[in-house]
Amino acid sequence: MRVRLPTMLRSYSGGDAEVEAQGATLADLLLDLDRRFPGIRFRIIDEQERVRPHVRIFVDAEIARELSVPLAADSVVQVVGALSGG
Amino acid sequence: MLLLVGTRKGAWIFQGDRARRAWRVDGPHLLGQVVNHLVMDPRDGRTLLMAARTGHLGPTIFRSTDLGHTWTEATRPPAFPKVSDADGGRAVSHTFWLEPGAASEPGVWWAGSSPPGLFRSEDGGVTWQSVAGWNDNPMYSKWVPADSGTPDGPLLNQIAIDPRDTRHMYVATSTGGVFESSDGAATWRPLNRGVEAIFLPDPYPEYGQDAHYLAVPRLRPDRIYQQNHCGIYRIDRPSEVWERIGLNMPAEVGDIGFSIVAHPRDADSAWVFPMDGSDVWPRTSPGGRPAVYRTRDAGESWERHDNGFPRDQGWFTVKRQAFAIDDQDPVGLYLGTTGGELWTGSDEGASWRQIAAHLPEIYSVVPAMPS
Repeated sequence: MRVRLPTMLRSYSGGDAEVEAQGATLADLLLDLDRRFPGIRFRIIDEQERVRPHVRIFVDAEIARELSVPLAADSVVQVVGALSGG
Repeated sequence: MLLLVGTRKGAWIFQGDRARRAWRVDGPHLLGQVVNHLVMDPRDGRTLLMAARTGHLGPTIFRSTDLGHTWTEATRPPAFPKVSDADGGRAVSHTFWLEPGAASEPGVWWAGSSPPGLFRSEDGGVTWQSVAGWNDNPMYSKWVPADSGTPDGPLLNQIAIDPRDTRHMYVATSTGGVFESSDGAATWRPLNRGVEAIFLPDPYPEYGQDAHYLAVPRLRPDRIYQQNHCGIYRIDRPSEVWERIGLNMPAEVGDIGFSIVAHPRDADSAWVFPMDGSDVWPRTSPGGRPAVYRTRDAGESWERHDNGFPRDQGWFTVKRQAFAIDDQDPVGLYLGTTGGELWTGSDEGASWRQIAAHLPEIYSVVPAMPS
């Protein structure tokens, strides 16, 4: 499925704004994403499996607050860098 | 000579000539990353480790084995152990301090974080392990109260290793003061007697102090200078009691600041960069007149050095890792301000010259000698 990445994560994707990754849940998808782009997961998910404070993840335009959110084959996942100024 | 400069918006490397007069700038490196510390491995003279995060993204460690030409990321950055109750689990906000291990332990690095965590790498900083002796210490919740912190969060802000015995270590924290280990970080005990904590009901507690910075003279590692939140201190081990040598500073200047550096060969010489701790604690140069103060007698007396600094309207703030000394002869001093100015002090800190301005807020300045 398609995963849209914000500018601050594109150093991992070779500059691509949209990449492909697979998973039955958001947790699975993020593990697959990290296999494809090593290191990317820890910068958006902390060691307690929480989305980091200034990151938002949307699944089909709905904000995902838990990594257990199920994904469909045609889901679109969007990672956003949110509200960190100065 | 290199000056490794970490800022709130990336890193810069300044290369000095032999006389340390002319400096060539190289950067930015990783523009936009919040760089708390950038350190060269003195054991190979090439490897750089950078403690970084961004406003949005979590913390990581970047490595360079070619003096900053290319950077790769640690495959396992410092992280606390995962616990079953995620809400109660700690997560590293940022790595604050990077400390190379001893010459006898190539590849070993230590890291201190916010919230106060201690981590160790045995492969040159590629992978990091949580140090249970600190992070899972039964006293952790006492030494790191849940509601404590600096504006950037509670810190394990420094690690110092005894050059004679790698198992003998000190850490400085913003939440509990100084702690000592004699067994390679397996167990720890407070080392704060005599150090004031004016912000606590008991002003001389066993722990709870805010230890900003430690300076250990390399040739006399039983002596430790400390710039504490509440003054300047010295201890000569095996004494257990710190002496407030900052009381010998001029009263109108006081002894508040973030950092202190010690001469690498003359253990009686140390320098501080005082900041205003009066009234609402502006933490700027007292009176708007920046100066370093030097002692040549282990803190019995202090002399002011302000040659080259602004004579007035100079409201410098210099953070913990942004005041440094090299090991050349004569020694050179360096400081970086929160206003993005980089200064060098020649004549052993008696005469100061600005070598860069307009950088982002400077967090760390580390002299390094590449091989």
